[in-house]
Formats: sequence, structure tokens, C-alpha cells
Amino acid sequence: MSTAKTRTHHHAHHYESATHEYDTSKQGMWLFLVTEILMFGGLFVGYAYFHHIFPEIFKIGSTFTDWRLGAANTVVLLFSSLTMALGIYYTQMNDRSKARLMLLITILCGAVFMVIKYFEYSHKIHLGLMPGSWYTADAQAVLEHAKEKFPGLTEIPSNLPLYFSFYYMMTGLHGIHVMIGMGLIFWIWLRMGRGWYGKDHYTGVEGVGLFWHLIDLIWIYLFPLLYLVT
Amino acid sequence: MAHTHGDSEHHIIPLAVYLKVFAALIFLTVITVWVTRFDFGAFNAVVAFFIATVKASLVLGFFMHLKYDNMMNRVIFFSGVFFLILLYFFCYVDEATRIIEKSTL
Repeated sequence: MSTAKTRTHHHAHHYESATHEYDTSKQGMWLFLVTEILMFGGLFVGYAYFHHIFPEIFKIGSTFTDWRLGAANTVVLLFSSLTMALGIYYTQMNDRSKARLMLLITILCGAVFMVIKYFEYSHKIHLGLMPGSWYTADAQAVLEHAKEKFPGLTEIPSNLPLYFSFYYMMTGLHGIHVMIGMGLIFWIWLRMGRGWYGKDHYTGVEGVGLFWHLIDLIWIYLFPLLYLVT
Repeated sequence: MAHTHGDSEHHIIPLAVYLKVFAALIFLTVITVWVTRFDFGAFNAVVAFFIATVKASLVLGFFMHLKYDNMMNRVIFFSGVFFLILLYFFCYVDEATRIIEKSTL
């Protein structure tokens, strides 16, 4: 393997020890994750607020999402979280070739997730199910589709596009995070190939791992919220 | 050095634990879909939220190592959760005390 050369990381002079540096970096990462939780949290609270006022648009809107695709993407992301965790585990074990393989599988899972998301988006865009004022879907076709689940329905509420505003904002912001996460893991993968990281220094791997798991964490809530509205 | 016990920062979680956590997460995903067959009325959202939170706890505790991490990182995480609940609480109070036309579906 190309990982024969091992590079040694020396902690910066303003830290007492390597552990001190590692703890400080990880604490910074957790502070950043809190800002991420609060950013997505605003969308979650907005969702809860409007779901309480207009439950019917969320019920009708979610009939246009396919729970099987949502469940498939849930499994893909959970598996990628496992491989990310194993990437850190093998780095701790000083096995860089196995760690790099795990990181590569994690990136591939991210790509599979985005491809499934692409098919979901293009289907909705094709039907004109766009957010807010961009919504152009045929009212009669939407009513016919929604009637399959809600036979008593006589008309589609005029504010149905609000559901799609939430759908695109929440999954879109999440999707951007998946792509950024894939880029960061690729950067770690490259660095590991050049001999960085091992049992004594894996701060970068741990930090990027925390970011990736947060993406998984947010999807765990998005899946029932957008696909399984009852 | 990495195997030093008592040094929580460098605790290595065994491979078998990661695999068990993954199996539990997949099982809970099946449960997430399965419970939608039942109608708990107003508690549908509560049930879905509860299962999601169990899954989130597993990811946080094991994959994100929070179970073995220092107290400071746990406090940082829960401060985020606390302010999120605070935001939700005041929005809920605002919404619940308004007089608005309710949905009929």
C-alpha cells in the first residue's frame, strides 16, 4: 500500500500535551455541532408549528413522498455511520489501509444517498410540486392522487405548497451537508494516504466523523417527519 | 497509550459493540415504518419522535462516543438541546393561545 510512510504529528506549542490539543479540537467541534443543531432546529420548530395549524397539508403532501425510498436512504446513512465509526476504529488500531477502505465506503454511501435524493427531487419537480410560489402542479391531478389515501377529500388546500417549502428546505439543507461531509471525508482519505493519522493522532478523523454522524442524526428525525406523516 | 484505562478521551469501543449498535438501529428503522400501520391518534407524532430519539441516543452515545466522552462535551450538546426545547416551548405557547381557523380534515 501507499501508506508505508508514517508522518508524526507534533502538537502545537500552546498546548500542554497531544491529549490537550485533541480535547480542545473535539470541544470546538461539539460547539460547532450545537450551532448546526440550532440551525436545523429552527426548521424543525417551524415544521411543528405549521403542522399543528394545518395538519392536512402535511398529510396530503407526504403522499407524494415514497416511504420505501426514504427507508432505503435511512439504511444507507445508518450503514455509512457504521463505516465512518469503523474508519476511526481502524485508525485507532493503526491500520490505515482498512481505515481508508471504510472512509471510501462512507463516501460511496453518501453518493448513493444523493442519487436516490436526485430521483425523488426530479419526480416532484416534473409534477410541478415546487416550494411556495414556484408551485405549478395540476390541482385536479393532485386531488386524484391524494384521494387514493383520503377518499373524503373534495379540494386541495391552497396552502399545500407550504409542505413542499419545508420538504425542500429541510432535505436540501441536509443534502448540502451530505455533500460537504463527503468532501471532508475525501480530504481525510487523501491525507491518510500520505501517511497522516494513526493510533497517536486521529483528531481530524474524529472531527469529520462527528460531522458525518450529525448528518445521520438529522436524517433520523427527517425520515418520519417528511415520509411517514399520519 | 490508547489502551490506558481511565483515560476516557482515548477509550476504544470494541468492534462488536459498533456492529450491535448498527443492528439495533436497523431494527428500530423497521419499527419506525411498522408503527405507522397503527393509529394512536394524537400520539402518532409522539411515538415517531420517541423511536427517533432512541435511535439518536444510540448514534450519539456510541458512534459519536458521547457515552465515553468528558462531561464538558455532554454539557455543550445538551445546552443545544435545551435551547431548542426553549424555542419550541415558546412557539407552542404562542400557537396554542391564538384563535385561528382549525383544519377540518
